[in-house]
Amino acid sequence: MIDPRTSIIDERLRSIHQVVAVSSGKGGVGKSMVAAALALSLAKEGFRVGLFDLDFTGPSTHIILGVPRNLQPKEEKGIVPPTFQYLTYMSLVYYVGDNPAPMRGADISNALIELLSVTQWGKLDFLIIDMPPGIGDAVLDLARLVERIQFLIITTPSLLAFDVVKKQLALLCELKLPIIGVVENMKIDKTNTIAEQTLDLGLKYLGFIPFDREVEAAIGNPTKLLCTAMGKAMPQIKKALVAKKW
Amino acid sequence: MHEWALAEAILNSAKQIAEKEKLKQVTEITIMVGELQQVEPGILRFALQQMKTDLFKNTKFHILKAKSTLKCRVCGTTWQFDLKKLDSATAEAIHFVPEVAHSYIKCPKCGSPDFEIASGRGVWLENIEGAKYA
Repeated sequence: MIDPRTSIIDERLRSIHQVVAVSSGKGGVGKSMVAAALALSLAKEGFRVGLFDLDFTGPSTHIILGVPRNLQPKEEKGIVPPTFQYLTYMSLVYYVGDNPAPMRGADISNALIELLSVTQWGKLDFLIIDMPPGIGDAVLDLARLVERIQFLIITTPSLLAFDVVKKQLALLCELKLPIIGVVENMKIDKTNTIAEQTLDLGLKYLGFIPFDREVEAAIGNPTKLLCTAMGKAMPQIKKALVAKKW
Repeated sequence: MHEWALAEAILNSAKQIAEKEKLKQVTEITIMVGELQQVEPGILRFALQQMKTDLFKNTKFHILKAKSTLKCRVCGTTWQFDLKKLDSATAEAIHFVPEVAHSYIKCPKCGSPDFEIASGRGVWLENIEGAKYA
């Protein structure tokens, strides 16, 4: 019994220059906000950008972007995601709506393989993937199935968050997966602990995003999001992506 | 159609197997189509015929349907997927991503959405036969 879907995934992603998983071992650090802001910011600069919400059990990028409910993918030799705010946007919410999606590991893997194998992204400069928290199925499946995957790691200044993130970094290093760098989100004070510890691990510290109450108020409003401290911090993160060999 | 993407994956996978097994021609492929995904065999067959390369010039495509069985992880009840119980929008959502069944289908005995798709999920290759290089 052979699953034919995995054989076609690289073909589906062939016309995408960079595939970037925005990921964190810890939940609640702002992965989805950063993924959405980064995608919007790159698109604003004229890059062709896709955003793929892989957090199947807790999707939120559609809320951050304010995606209208009537937006749906087209069927054309697979699934062609619609464009919203200049982003080619894909999410399981097209198929589950507001219903909960109580999936276990094998279901998550199967849904992920299905969407990777039938989604027709077309030509993109960047595919930004909003990952679920942790180092479970989605991380392991992307590592196994997407040859050119790179990880952008998000943490907060909390040592609780960073302790878990360090485990993720250790795993990614062990699997020899490329790590673009670490971003410190919701920074309040001026300590350099995260930066120092990241550099001690031999990884790039890409900078911090100051805590800004306006980020919550910008949910559903992409223009407003890019005007917050988070939006304004995107150029330093983008530099790490754009600087990569073109 | 979604079936075209699956047909492309089937041919790609069969090609990889043929290369590994050093087959010069693939003579038969048996494809199982799980009931849950509601893949249309006629469209799948047409897509396979349209997309096939020389390697599959004389291939017989056998497309067989497999019943879909769901098993509740809470109370152990086993039941058959029944398309007739779903509205068209739900059926279409499950067609694209069978796992979203967990958002719409509940155990008929205890009402839990925590069930296993025990059989008949999607599309898989059951058998490939071919002629080897001499």
